[in-house]
Amino acid sequence: MEKELLKVSGRIFNIQRFSIHDGPGVRTIVFLKGCPLRCRWCCNPEGQEWKFQDMTVAGKIKPVGQDITVEEVMAEVEKDRVYYRRSGGGLTLSGGECLWQPDFSEALLKCSKDMGINTAIETTGYADLEIVRRIIANVDTVLMDIKHMNGEKHREFTTKDNALILENAVHIAKEAKKLIIRTPVIPTFNDTEKEISDIANFAVSLRAVKEMHLLPYHRIGSDKYAGLGRQYTMSHIEVPTKEKMQMLLKAAESRGIKAQIGG
Amino acid sequence: MKFYTKPIEKSPRIDKLVKALYEKMPEIEADRAVLLTESYKATEGEPIITRRAKAFEHILENLPIVIREDELIVGSATKAPRGCQVFPEYSFEWLESEFDTVAKRKADPFYISEDTKETLSKVYKYWGGKTTSELATSYMSDEALLAFRHNIFTPGNYFYNGVGHLTVDYPKVLAVGYNGIIKEAEDALASLSQGDADYAKRSHFLNAVIISCRAAIKYAKRYSVLAAEKAKGTQDLKRRKELEIIASNCNGPLEYGANSFYEACQCFWFIQMLLQIESSGHSISPGRFDQYMYPYYKADLDKGIITREFAQEIMDCVWVKLNDLNKCRDAASAEGFAGYSLFQNLIAGGQDKYGVDATNDLSFMSITATEHVFLPQPSFSVRVWNGSPHEFLIRAAELTRTGIGFPAYYNDEVIIPALQNRGLSLEEARDYNIIGCVEPQKAGKTDGWHDAAFFNMCRPLEMVFSNGYDGGVKIGPSTGDVAKMTTFEEFKAAYQTQMDFFIEKLVNADNAIDAAHAERCPLPFQSSMVDDCIKRGKSVQEGGAVYNFTGPQGFGIANIADGMYAIKKLVFDDKKYTLSFFKEALENNYGEDMDSGMAEKLTETVVKQIAESGREINEDVIRIVYKTIRENKASEEDKKKYKALRHDIENIFKYGNDIEEIDTFAREMAYTYTKPVEKYKNPRGGTFQAGLYPVSANVPLGAQTGATPDGRLAYTPVADGVSPSAGRDTKGPTAAANSVSKLDHFIASNGTLFNMKFHPSALEGQNGLESFVALVRGYFDKKGSHMQFNVVSRETLKDAQKNPDKYRSLVVRVAGYSALFTTLSKSLQDDIINRTEQHGF
Repeated sequence: MEKELLKVSGRIFNIQRFSIHDGPGVRTIVFLKGCPLRCRWCCNPEGQEWKFQDMTVAGKIKPVGQDITVEEVMAEVEKDRVYYRRSGGGLTLSGGECLWQPDFSEALLKCSKDMGINTAIETTGYADLEIVRRIIANVDTVLMDIKHMNGEKHREFTTKDNALILENAVHIAKEAKKLIIRTPVIPTFNDTEKEISDIANFAVSLRAVKEMHLLPYHRIGSDKYAGLGRQYTMSHIEVPTKEKMQMLLKAAESRGIKAQIGG
Repeated sequence: MKFYTKPIEKSPRIDKLVKALYEKMPEIEADRAVLLTESYKATEGEPIITRRAKAFEHILENLPIVIREDELIVGSATKAPRGCQVFPEYSFEWLESEFDTVAKRKADPFYISEDTKETLSKVYKYWGGKTTSELATSYMSDEALLAFRHNIFTPGNYFYNGVGHLTVDYPKVLAVGYNGIIKEAEDALASLSQGDADYAKRSHFLNAVIISCRAAIKYAKRYSVLAAEKAKGTQDLKRRKELEIIASNCNGPLEYGANSFYEACQCFWFIQMLLQIESSGHSISPGRFDQYMYPYYKADLDKGIITREFAQEIMDCVWVKLNDLNKCRDAASAEGFAGYSLFQNLIAGGQDKYGVDATNDLSFMSITATEHVFLPQPSFSVRVWNGSPHEFLIRAAELTRTGIGFPAYYNDEVIIPALQNRGLSLEEARDYNIIGCVEPQKAGKTDGWHDAAFFNMCRPLEMVFSNGYDGGVKIGPSTGDVAKMTTFEEFKAAYQTQMDFFIEKLVNADNAIDAAHAERCPLPFQSSMVDDCIKRGKSVQEGGAVYNFTGPQGFGIANIADGMYAIKKLVFDDKKYTLSFFKEALENNYGEDMDSGMAEKLTETVVKQIAESGREINEDVIRIVYKTIRENKASEEDKKKYKALRHDIENIFKYGNDIEEIDTFAREMAYTYTKPVEKYKNPRGGTFQAGLYPVSANVPLGAQTGATPDGRLAYTPVADGVSPSAGRDTKGPTAAANSVSKLDHFIASNGTLFNMKFHPSALEGQNGLESFVALVRGYFDKKGSHMQFNVVSRETLKDAQKNPDKYRSLVVRVAGYSALFTTLSKSLQDDIINRTEQHGF
């Protein structure tokens, strides 16, 4: 392993062990801070801003964000190696958006591969193609969000257009070892059969896509908005029913892709 | 094919049996006590072993017998379902004094009729001065009694009751019947010479074995007659046929050996129940049922005389019967063992004696049976090793996911070498099973005395601070004034001195009780099924078993590790506080009020005393007493300082978060208990071996422990088993598992216990199951010994606390066993709710 890689530093807001819904097996997720999108439903709002923040959690003020070296992160990741081996798990980069700290992400992924640890990323796919290529070269499983096929609506709910994302998806599908398309199912945004079918159609058109995951909207992150002094604009939204999710699952499957509810 | 993974459907019979079993509160019955006493009166002056055999015979000839509706496996120790008999030969005063409260108490209440009370009171007149507990008391040293009374440890389990805690040679009885054993005893008798120095003792023992085995055969025949009568009396042709088969199963197989799976299951049940009529010892563990039953099952399948469906139904019936037995303990012990549990541990899977994986169809069917009956018994366990089939562990994980708290997972890779280290051969060690909660041994050869005592590791630390005084009484050695200690090593040495002293007293107490059992309650029937009792001509209680151990449990590792680390760090490394200040803060409970539950209890006692002194009690008095007890009397300024210390303690490393520095420290602290223990010998010719688990004693014994240097408040529960302190592990299940795996599980060969509580969501879907299995395998790769899981949500438990009626069947994992949540005391319920709930993220 190259020594310089270990010294690369980046900014994270959490390392979460025994994660079992984000990539195969038991995984350690490193949450990188900073994201180009501002999705209304985001359950990790403390990961959106690059700057350090204070968040009130259960009445106590907790600093969010920490600069850390690859070496320090890998020491944590290494601790659960035995569980990765037993389950086919490994490291997952999430966020925030790992593509927005390309040097740090690339170094983490390279080190991980050097150490024989499986890698995955959860990404919006929103970055320059050259960066995307650098990163996915070291990734075993790419979990990529396709949130909507309509650019306007995408912009309305995430603040960014989807053109770059869809374009990148085509390249990732060609170059990644394994690509899973994930769609957060958000009522009022994309929870109709038509919208989900459109995404499924797109997924089917991509090479190398094996699976599609429909992630039902949940409110687990809602308290964090208040903790950051922000308003949670989704508070009126009900979580989708089981029946609704089943219906959407069928809609996706009818396009000829293996789909599941949840990660 | 070695096994089928698809579970068999439940027969409608099973729900009916379960429903009938749980219709009423369990009841105390007097029949055994009356018969025992009659026999004892008639045999005064004879050798004790003969008296025991004759009493057993008299009981089995006259104890009322019943066949309950829909049963396929028969044999009940009491008329009422889930009833219990009484064993005055061990102790009786406690029950007599609890006659009027036993039905109303919170933990494990029992109904007792006025008639029974009257009968028992008469019987008890005979027993004064004749019990094992009285003899044990007179054998104990004054210092040991003092330490016992001051709750440094409690050997209460065997002090008040029989020992149990063993697995007999079931396969031998299934193969040759009790006639075979009688023959063996007769041959041994014939080989003796009347001129042998020990002829008197040996011959009487062997004759006692013969009497007991004959009594067992006769007892089964009584059931055969009853079943035949019932068959004649019923118009239901299907039931008549069933009863005819039952009549045939009870006549012959127990005498000459079983010829089919069904017969073998009926024989098994007679053995299991009779052991628990002979003595009140619990944790009589069926062990490797899937192994010794398999040849019968396989032969029946090959012959085409049984279907898998019927075999499953029979097994389910055996599982139900294991819940028909019960035991009434004294109020204090009932809290420590809460949940009406008899800890009959049955284990599936693992290697055979040649080191080959032995998982078979019955291993899977054992999981299914546990799922079908969904009751606290048997305490169901699985053995895991590198060669365990993945399908088996996935199926086990499915059972875990139901929230029943079973199975407990055991690691062959640790337990086998740990047992070899205690002198077992490789083949014997590979064939181990678990007794009670977590204690491994070789069946049919071992008297492990596995639950010898609970030793509270926090109490000797209190003694360091008090220089050996407890409530003004000198009970421990003088280790000096803490104010004068200048290095951490000095402080640690003082702790070790206190530990060594109290461990010696614990050994004294255990050996006194051990001697009392040998003298007053040797068990000829049990001894007939344990090697080498017949060969040696002496009972298990006198050292007849091949392997003899005494296993007292230490608990509170997490508190000691965190507390000693806090002292090292804050006093000696950072020099932020002095030991004197620590002492002061501990005495003042870190400036916090007393735990409300504890204050209520103390208030109750004090109010009772006031009432007894003749003064009038009204609500005001109670309120004032409660306030005085609960409120901290330190000045506001001092309180602030104490609280600041506690805040600092909370912010340093804690065991359970996968931090090398403190985990290594915890390993060392565990040695302060495990190493001194193994130096000692017991009167049966064996050695002591430590365990690290509290059953549920961490709650009641925690209620007698002051504040500890880890920030734990006075009278709150001590950490359970080797698990991190409740709420202190914050990095998730793998981090906690890694920390716990850093302890030396090999030296704690009487077992370690690691509890984890999961939210059901963590086990959802195939990925949930796979990840769960990876967690177990990973912990075991790192040489952890045991793991068990509660899978329920916090909300569910809280709701169950408020609405017990809605949750009568909610089973939770307490410690080494599962219990019905609603039958547990409030404080134990709180403890379970407060254990960190691990989420899969």
